[in-house]
Amino acid sequence: MGAYLIRRTVLLFVTVLGVSIIIFALMRVVPGNIADILFESSGYIDAVQKAKIEAELGLDKPLLQQYFGWIGGLMTGDFGYSYMSERPAISEILPRLPVTLKLAGLTLFFTIIFGIPLGVWSAVKQNGLIDNSLRVITLSALSLPSFWCGLLVLMFSVHVFGTIPIYSNEPRGPWHELALLSIPALVVGFRSSALIVRLTRSSMLEVLRQDYIRTARAKGAAENVINYHHALKNALLPIITLLGIEASHLIGGLVVIETVFNIPGLGRYLVEAIRWRDYPIVQNLVLFSAFAVVITNFIVDLLYAVIDPRIKYSD
Amino acid sequence: MNNVLETESADAPAKSAAAKTVLEVAGLKTYFFVRQGIVKAVDDMSFSLKAGEKLAIVGESGCGKSMTALSILRLVPDPPGRIVAGSVRLDGRDLLKLSEAEMRKVRGNHISMIFQEPMTSLNPVWSIGNQISEAVMLHQNVSRHEAFEKAVEMLQLVKIPEAARRAREYPHQLSGGMRQRAMTAMALACNPHVLLADEPTTALDVTIQAQILDLILELQERLGTAVVLITHDLGVVAETAQRVIVMYGGKKVEEAAVVELFEAPLHPYTQGLLAAVPHLAAMSGLAPARSRLKEIPGIVPALVNLPKGCTFAPRCAFASDVCRNEFPPYETKRPGHNVACWHSNQLDGVRHA
Amino acid sequence: MTPPTSDTPLDAIIGKDEFAAAASADSFDAELAKAGAHVTSRWGMALFLAKRYPLGGVGLAIVVIFVLVAVLAPYITTHDPLATNPAISLAAPSAAHPMGADFMGRDLFSRVVYGARTSLAVAFGATILGVFFGVLIGLASGYLGGWVDLATQRIIDMLQSLPTLILAMAMAAALGPSLTNTIIAIAIPKLPSIARVIRASTLSLREMPFVEAARAMGMSEMRIAMRHILPNTLAPLIVLATAGLGTAILVEASLSFLGLGVPEPHPSWGRMLSESAAEYVRTAPWLVIFPGVAITFAVFGTNLLGDALRDLLDPRQRTSN
Repeated sequence: MGAYLIRRTVLLFVTVLGVSIIIFALMRVVPGNIADILFESSGYIDAVQKAKIEAELGLDKPLLQQYFGWIGGLMTGDFGYSYMSERPAISEILPRLPVTLKLAGLTLFFTIIFGIPLGVWSAVKQNGLIDNSLRVITLSALSLPSFWCGLLVLMFSVHVFGTIPIYSNEPRGPWHELALLSIPALVVGFRSSALIVRLTRSSMLEVLRQDYIRTARAKGAAENVINYHHALKNALLPIITLLGIEASHLIGGLVVIETVFNIPGLGRYLVEAIRWRDYPIVQNLVLFSAFAVVITNFIVDLLYAVIDPRIKYSD
Repeated sequence: MNNVLETESADAPAKSAAAKTVLEVAGLKTYFFVRQGIVKAVDDMSFSLKAGEKLAIVGESGCGKSMTALSILRLVPDPPGRIVAGSVRLDGRDLLKLSEAEMRKVRGNHISMIFQEPMTSLNPVWSIGNQISEAVMLHQNVSRHEAFEKAVEMLQLVKIPEAARRAREYPHQLSGGMRQRAMTAMALACNPHVLLADEPTTALDVTIQAQILDLILELQERLGTAVVLITHDLGVVAETAQRVIVMYGGKKVEEAAVVELFEAPLHPYTQGLLAAVPHLAAMSGLAPARSRLKEIPGIVPALVNLPKGCTFAPRCAFASDVCRNEFPPYETKRPGHNVACWHSNQLDGVRHA
Repeated sequence: MTPPTSDTPLDAIIGKDEFAAAASADSFDAELAKAGAHVTSRWGMALFLAKRYPLGGVGLAIVVIFVLVAVLAPYITTHDPLATNPAISLAAPSAAHPMGADFMGRDLFSRVVYGARTSLAVAFGATILGVFFGVLIGLASGYLGGWVDLATQRIIDMLQSLPTLILAMAMAAALGPSLTNTIIAIAIPKLPSIARVIRASTLSLREMPFVEAARAMGMSEMRIAMRHILPNTLAPLIVLATAGLGTAILVEASLSFLGLGVPEPHPSWGRMLSESAAEYVRTAPWLVIFPGVAITFAVFGTNLLGDALRDLLDPRQRTSN
């Protein structure tokens, strides 16, 4: 187990390091840098001024030096400076982190508490009215672009309540914040819980026809015990795998929904940073998102061993 | 610390021959409604079981013997299956009339079942001890801790070494024989009146089969449990059962005490079955010991389109027009020996010739 | 009580060989045999499939409609999707403009119809591109093995740890705004999953007797890969590609919504929503509703089709019985 953990951790850092190279390379292929964009509005490019800005931002240095400057900085906790605000990247990123984390946590929460029980229900009532309705609903949820769904919610709110439940910088207390974040979290969670419902259903159906379910019945166990105690734990492995994969989709969903609901989180900030070619911010945020995905999948792997005694990370 | 064995022997229901009837199945019909039509998995099955008795149900796979057991516990997969008629009386109470909640109190408590595949029949993600103690907790008002102790005790009873350690292990860590012992421990944990053993040794190594069979028999005698042993293996029947029911095509075709059946089978299907087993064939005088084994020609009919009349007629050497048109009445030919065959009288003669 | 029909395989529920005889005929084959008289032509087969998978039939119909709309766009529309007319800025739906007009006075109906072209171009373009290179990478990885496999696997790991939309955003920004670049940006996140599936089936197929036989007959490795391995990976590939169509449409819409997708003058559903977004929610809801409905329907259609194809081609993953 110990050896396994060490190997996994090394692999994790290799992956993240590789991702950092991909991101860095991508950012440097972008036609036009921030200097170009700064001059865009004035209509002409002052070569001297541009060179000065590039020198100031370190854009004139060799690419390798730029890359190692970035990674070396990360090691020592230096995330570089935002080109736009000229403040340390870390002090731009950190204040925006909590709201995004809250939104992500809330979305995951909704995904699980709706996805798994509804999936179990659908499987238990296979081909019944509930099951068929859920099939149509989940398929629709998977077809609905979340930003459009968000816009529809806004529209509904405008026409029914006359206001837009937009996240303002200072919510009135934690409950107000929870309420404001719940709406976008439900919008993003709608899609991911639909996926979980479908997977839970098929996974449960597979498990429910196993012999040991019949054994549990023969023991005199009640349906609920059979579904949640005997079947669900067996059905959980693929569900958790999907939750790990969904973590990556969730981050994408957050970027979009933060833009729609005007939430001052990292997702919306990333979109702005990409528009402004704010390399340090984009690089760090994309790397951060990859790190989040890798860590999630690491946790998922560890959960396997907790859930299924047959899985042992021995070597 | 209460010892299972002592408590059990104290109030052991009855070992006397004049035991009362615990289970009585009458006119049981379990049908499967599938696209291709109606499958009569169990068709008009009747039998009774006395306390402590050992009854075997034999037949080829697909004859409805497992479905009979599942019907008794009302575990027929629905849909597509359904019990459409009949009664299953446990101590006089018709199980088919109970509510689902009442039925759950019967399962695992008064009637329990051992399944064929110990690997797939045990839940892979819960420990053995956990699964046995669940059965205990479902039916007895005991704490989790007490139930676990009882589970360990049951594992000792089925002769699993280091029971306390094994109780914390998972099915994949046990050998096939061990798993079937654990299944047996689980089935007997609540001291049921009736144990349904569905091919309990078929999936096991030949060397282990006898051990498990002996274990089940030893325990059923010690605990006074009545056993219905479902098998296709006549060797197993000969060694264990007191009475035998032969099933074919969802119907009971013959019933007799085990010695009577082996010595004087009245149904051509039973005769065929016996002729197909080497040493039994020799024993019953149906075939010379060294001759080639006889096979029953043809295959088990698909239950969805059973022939009119006697279900065995298409494979039967003695079949006549009456066989092909009407299912034979169920008659008592000798004391305790019933058969459903139009030609059983002649066959009786044939055998002795 | 549940109606007395079910095509759930009996042996699966009852277990063991009980009723093996009754259940042995797989219901699909049985039905096909029953319908045999009618299933002589390709159309007969299509009709049979549509009957068995009604939702898949609906999905196929939606996809066909969208393709037709895209192809026939000039004949369906009454206005130039790019022509502006300040007089009808933000006009509500009317007989002349069934979906109203946007801020610049462009006929929304024409824009939505032409938007199908963009959407489908991106969806099919990205899928074809992703499948082509994904298959290439997967085949190489699984068939060559060794360090090629090792290196490819690591790169796939890296790509897969980048969230789809984020990777597409970064690619779109890096490549610059154009239709082709959007297609590339959406195709690249598709590579890992396709390469993985192809690699996995290649690995298992490589050991199959018929491949061994081909090798024994002196067939070249390249030929074995193309003639024997590739065709056998087709079923999962089709399933994956169809499911990918819907995702591609969604990612394109999201990218365009964020201003990183297909640039003007191509009408894009996603961009229509970003142009209108928040303020038109109040003042001109039709600008929000119609493009969104178009996206949803297109994705819904491909999802239905993908589901049915999965049922048909990959029975292990059956979601409906």
